[in-house]
Amino acid sequence: MNNLAPLGAEMPVWAKEDEGFHVPYWVFQREDVLEMENERLFQGETWNYMCLEAELQSPGDFVAVHVGETPVIVTRDHDGEIYAFENRCSHRGSLLALEDRGNVKDFTCVYHAWTHSLQGDLVGIAFKDGIGGKGGMEKDFCMNSVGPRKLRVANVDGLIFGSFDEDVDDIEDYLGEEVLDRIHRVLEGRKMVVLGRFTQVLPNNWKLYVENTKDSYHASILHTFFTTFELNRLSQKGGIIVSPNGGCHVSYSEIDQIAEAEKAKNTIYSDQNIRSQSDLQLADKSLLASFKEFDDDITLQILTVFPGFVLQQIQNSIAVRQVLPKGTDEMHLKWTYIGFEDDTTEQRRARLKLSNLIGPGGYVSMEDGCIGGFVRRGTKGASDNNAVLEMGGRSIEGGDDRITEASIRGFWAEYRMRMGL
Amino acid sequence: MNIHVRQAEVSALISAAQARYVREIDDGDCTAWPNFFVDDCFYTITSADNYAQNLEAGLVWLDSKDMLRDRILSLLEANVYERHSYRHMIGQPFVGELEGDEVDSETSFMVARITREGPTDLFATGRYIDRYRIVGDEAKIVSRTVVLDSNQIDTLLGFPL
Repeated sequence: MNNLAPLGAEMPVWAKEDEGFHVPYWVFQREDVLEMENERLFQGETWNYMCLEAELQSPGDFVAVHVGETPVIVTRDHDGEIYAFENRCSHRGSLLALEDRGNVKDFTCVYHAWTHSLQGDLVGIAFKDGIGGKGGMEKDFCMNSVGPRKLRVANVDGLIFGSFDEDVDDIEDYLGEEVLDRIHRVLEGRKMVVLGRFTQVLPNNWKLYVENTKDSYHASILHTFFTTFELNRLSQKGGIIVSPNGGCHVSYSEIDQIAEAEKAKNTIYSDQNIRSQSDLQLADKSLLASFKEFDDDITLQILTVFPGFVLQQIQNSIAVRQVLPKGTDEMHLKWTYIGFEDDTTEQRRARLKLSNLIGPGGYVSMEDGCIGGFVRRGTKGASDNNAVLEMGGRSIEGGDDRITEASIRGFWAEYRMRMGL
Repeated sequence: MNIHVRQAEVSALISAAQARYVREIDDGDCTAWPNFFVDDCFYTITSADNYAQNLEAGLVWLDSKDMLRDRILSLLEANVYERHSYRHMIGQPFVGELEGDEVDSETSFMVARITREGPTDLFATGRYIDRYRIVGDEAKIVSRTVVLDSNQIDTLLGFPL
């Protein structure tokens, strides 16, 4: 099946009654869908994660990032505020920033030296008045009339989000109170430190990875690291939170103290019956040595913000992930591993060791990086077939059960609403 | 012994160890990989950007020989991935001056990856930044920092580099 829709071929119809529980495979394959996503999602009324406030410490600091496929510069200006605008010269469209990060006084395009301020305004044009009365711009040319598009910026506990649409809901409403509380839970009032950055290149449509991050059903099935080595012996409970529009979610698990107390009472008997299912043991369990970081018993919290942001707490491994489309069949997953300024040496070491669980080589997440490619390859020639997302019913409501696809259905509900599909 | 002769001997030991090292990964099953290291070793994989900025986190971050063994055990027994193999090409080691029985060394590498349904692809390039200890007539790795040239890493980094 060709991924490129033939010129003029109309987009197929996705039946309204399929809601988010039947998803046709063509939405992962068609160029025209991607174009629409760039326009209606990434440049529409959504909030897109761009960077950490910790990466913009001083006036003049900038980072060059992407919102969808659009290159964007995020800066801190001398007024202390954070600004974001397209990484595109007003003049002929060249990239303004040619480094990933740095500190500058302005952005002067290398092509013809048109200069832009830290807020993205055009402030200077080389040879504007010509030389010796010859050449130069027309007298009525107004520098305010051109310039890279600016983004609205929001800061949530040091996470910097941007939106191309001025009319986007305030970020608090966009996330909903419950999701916002779960960001506060991990980051509020803390000074983040970047421990490392990695870009993982996945051979699949970006939405296949987003589905995976929202899929609490697959975790114990696909990822066999914990079960093989019988590492998770504590009783766990957990649940799912889905934002009102469906597109943001939290999946979490926590130690079930009541069940643990019950177990303790019965140890004498149960000890007799404990038989290891496998002989495999990790020789160095310091890999998973964790420390008490939060006021609750939550050991794992995966939080997503529509369309493509993930905040992860896996024990003390804290990271953000940014999902970026690169055509229909490829995506970049940008990981930023996070610590905090007041970490002790031992705590920092624990975070670095726990990070063996994540990323392209992670004991737990290496499978997640591959599964999207398996789906891409498996669905070639099956564009008009659809995925079945009916585990746990058809609604998008959260609950205290993780054997559900509710949060994936939620993603599709918000996706369809914003795309008009 | 003449210091120059000793230096040449150490370089030869490192080259020999590295040749065996890549053979174990590319043509063996990696189970002997930890044996190239001392017990209290350190092994990490990072990118040139992170390395230049002194950012500590790694894609893999192991600080004992047991953790290296666990890594291979997990890859062979627990993790799920499609069949694939590597082919390492390594450059000549750039060996520093011997300090007692330890020495710094740097070696460039290129790794191709061969996957089940795919062609042979260039998977990674970079350099090993190593500290070796000479134990008898063997060079053992005390610390290996694998610095990848690009910050973009293909979706699966299973076996060691």
